[in-house]
Amino acid sequence: MIAVMKEQKNKIHPHKFTLWVALASIVMMFTGFTSAYIVKRNMANWISFQLPKIFWYSTAVIIISSITIILSRNCFRRREMKQYRLWLASTLVLGVIFVCLQYIGFTQLWHSGITLTKNVSFSFLYIIVGLHAVHVLGGVIALLVVLIKAYNVKRKNYNIVPVDLMNTYWHFVDLLWIYLLLFLVMIR
Amino acid sequence: MNNEEVSHEQSLVVHDLGHAAHVHHHKQSFITKYIFSQDHKIISRQFLITGIIWALIGGLFSVIFRLQLGYPDSTFPFLQDLLGHWAPGGKLDPEFYYALVTMHGTILVFFVLTAGLSGTFANFLIPLQVGARDMASPFLNMLSYWFFFSASIVMFCSLFLQTGPASGGWTIYPPLSALGDAMSGSKTGMDMWLASMGLFIISQLLAGLNYITTILNMRTKGMSMTRLPLTIWSLFFTAVLGVLSFPVLLSAVVLLLFDRHLGTSFFLSDIVIGGKILPNEGGSPILFQHLFWFLGHPEVYIIALPAMGITSEVISVNSRKPIFGYMAMVGSFFAIAALSFMVWAHHMFVTGLNPFLGSFFVLLTLLIAVPSAIKVFNWLTTLWKGSIRFTPGMLFAIGFVSLFISGGLTGIWLGNSSLDIHLHDTYFVVAHFHLVMGVASMFGMFAGVYHWFPKMFGRYMNNTLSYIHFWITIAGAYCIFWPMHYEGLAGMPRRYYDFSNWESFKMFGGLNEFISVVALIVFATQLLFIFNFFYSIFKGRKVTTPNPWGATTLEWTTPIRPGHGNWISEIPEVYRWPYDYGKDGRDFIPQTEPVGENENRH
Repeated sequence: MIAVMKEQKNKIHPHKFTLWVALASIVMMFTGFTSAYIVKRNMANWISFQLPKIFWYSTAVIIISSITIILSRNCFRRREMKQYRLWLASTLVLGVIFVCLQYIGFTQLWHSGITLTKNVSFSFLYIIVGLHAVHVLGGVIALLVVLIKAYNVKRKNYNIVPVDLMNTYWHFVDLLWIYLLLFLVMIR
Repeated sequence: MNNEEVSHEQSLVVHDLGHAAHVHHHKQSFITKYIFSQDHKIISRQFLITGIIWALIGGLFSVIFRLQLGYPDSTFPFLQDLLGHWAPGGKLDPEFYYALVTMHGTILVFFVLTAGLSGTFANFLIPLQVGARDMASPFLNMLSYWFFFSASIVMFCSLFLQTGPASGGWTIYPPLSALGDAMSGSKTGMDMWLASMGLFIISQLLAGLNYITTILNMRTKGMSMTRLPLTIWSLFFTAVLGVLSFPVLLSAVVLLLFDRHLGTSFFLSDIVIGGKILPNEGGSPILFQHLFWFLGHPEVYIIALPAMGITSEVISVNSRKPIFGYMAMVGSFFAIAALSFMVWAHHMFVTGLNPFLGSFFVLLTLLIAVPSAIKVFNWLTTLWKGSIRFTPGMLFAIGFVSLFISGGLTGIWLGNSSLDIHLHDTYFVVAHFHLVMGVASMFGMFAGVYHWFPKMFGRYMNNTLSYIHFWITIAGAYCIFWPMHYEGLAGMPRRYYDFSNWESFKMFGGLNEFISVVALIVFATQLLFIFNFFYSIFKGRKVTTPNPWGATTLEWTTPIRPGHGNWISEIPEVYRWPYDYGKDGRDFIPQTEPVGENENRH
């Protein structure tokens, strides 16, 4: 296997490629939801909604987390492992804060009368934002694993591939959120 | 140099370099070798055998409901022994009839012809034919099988529920599937169906990721995309379709689960059930159909494409001729894959779809006839004037072409939205899709099993049994589904429990009986295949030459029983396309042989 991979130096690493294909399939799932949303919106009985302000704060948080993960990768490449762990940990914290903010946003929505079952538009809002949060949580768990591995003193690992994979996925959930936010703001 | 010499030379190389260590040295326990194996060849056998077990169950279900359709007035006391309260007094319960029809569809479409067909052959052939030691991620590959296995377990358990398995049809349209009170099969059975399908989708996504990555990234030296065998091209497009369409079914499943359990109304509106008005408002069941068929139609090609790829390969090898129009074949695979995403609404012509919109879907649907016809033409021209060897695999491949033509032609009828008003939901549709994707793809699968069995198990299957299997199955398939066209044209609706209440369908009583008898015979013949399969694994005639069919592709350059890692020494380099048969006076030239100086380019 290693021999094969060495032969293909100029090709993209198979694991990275696998991740890209997986991202395409996640995109398809959200395409399913958003196109169902558009179809539904053009039918009768659609109540439009106002997004809670807190979603904008969470947007800022996830954008900052994308920056910190880039910083962590840069440190990793310079072998500054202490800095690397620090930036990685802050990304993790920011990720958790993001999910909490989303949750607070949901509670605010709920108390303002926008409940899950009241109207189809609200149901869609909960499902789309909720499933995105699930994907962020998946990323947080992956970050945790990478972080624990980074603290492992017995086995030092300078393989960039897992770091790159983590970066790609994290930027993906970031971009996905920005897309979903714009979508929900513009098409209500 | 023939292949045996090649393999001898390779084993010499091994001793010289002494780096076969990673192939042989780790001794594995039974569990890591056969159960939680990461070897693609073992995983492929796991998919195949699980698929065979499911095919047996799914086929048995069709036999049971055919008994009801063929003999609506008779009772079969053994059914009560077999099914208990679902067949009181030996008469099939109507609710359970629907459960059987639903599970027959679900099992055959998803578990047999998706997981069983592409799961088996993608796992087996991709690394062997592109020249890789294993998949890009053997671990994900193992995970994909175990997700499929757990999906199977959940679905299998649902068969034994007190309220019965899901019974709203394999398309699980709401509101029937969304409301537990709608029928007994919509209770726990439906939840387990959805859970099982969720696991199944994850399995297919993991598998698809691996297939695509392996094909694009793990090809051996010299194996450019245009030197890939057509099996690999077909499995590639299959995986792309799966990765892009299964997530959409997942979103439909999520929305349906919310409707079922959390009181949302994505698919429900203004429903009265048992005299009670439900609070759900604003949903649309049509939305579900859109989401479902956005997967559902590509799914048809997920089933058909691997069979087409296998057929292309088997026909070329056994005609001793290069495949006719290789690039046209690749192009038509691409065209079919692309078009399959744009035709889903032809399943919904009579749902109140805007007729103007419908006309676009008619056009795009009929366009699929073009690449399909290209493929049929190329198969026939490959056969034309070939030195055909009628091996069992070849017979089934030719059978595939025959069934694909017969079933495909009626697709042109059904693709017309105006004709569909008359034909929708009749036996005409049943006959069409069973021929073109059901039986035809089963034939592709049989062709693949017979053809690659020597590579999979190092033994041959019994030829006599194989020939009996083929002739009864093809004659039976036509005897079962040909008459259904007439029934459908006469307006006989599908999915009905009993037709004897209608004066106009009474004339089909005898015909239905005939179909049921043939179905019984064909099912019994499949048992012959299953016997042959398992018997041959242990007792079949041993394969003594590494390349029994005289094929050019890479899988035949491996040892007769390849270990984990496939090639003992280095992975062979590829110098030519895989269809150099009957070239320059030679029977075949393996892909591993460099192009000679005086050789014609193909």
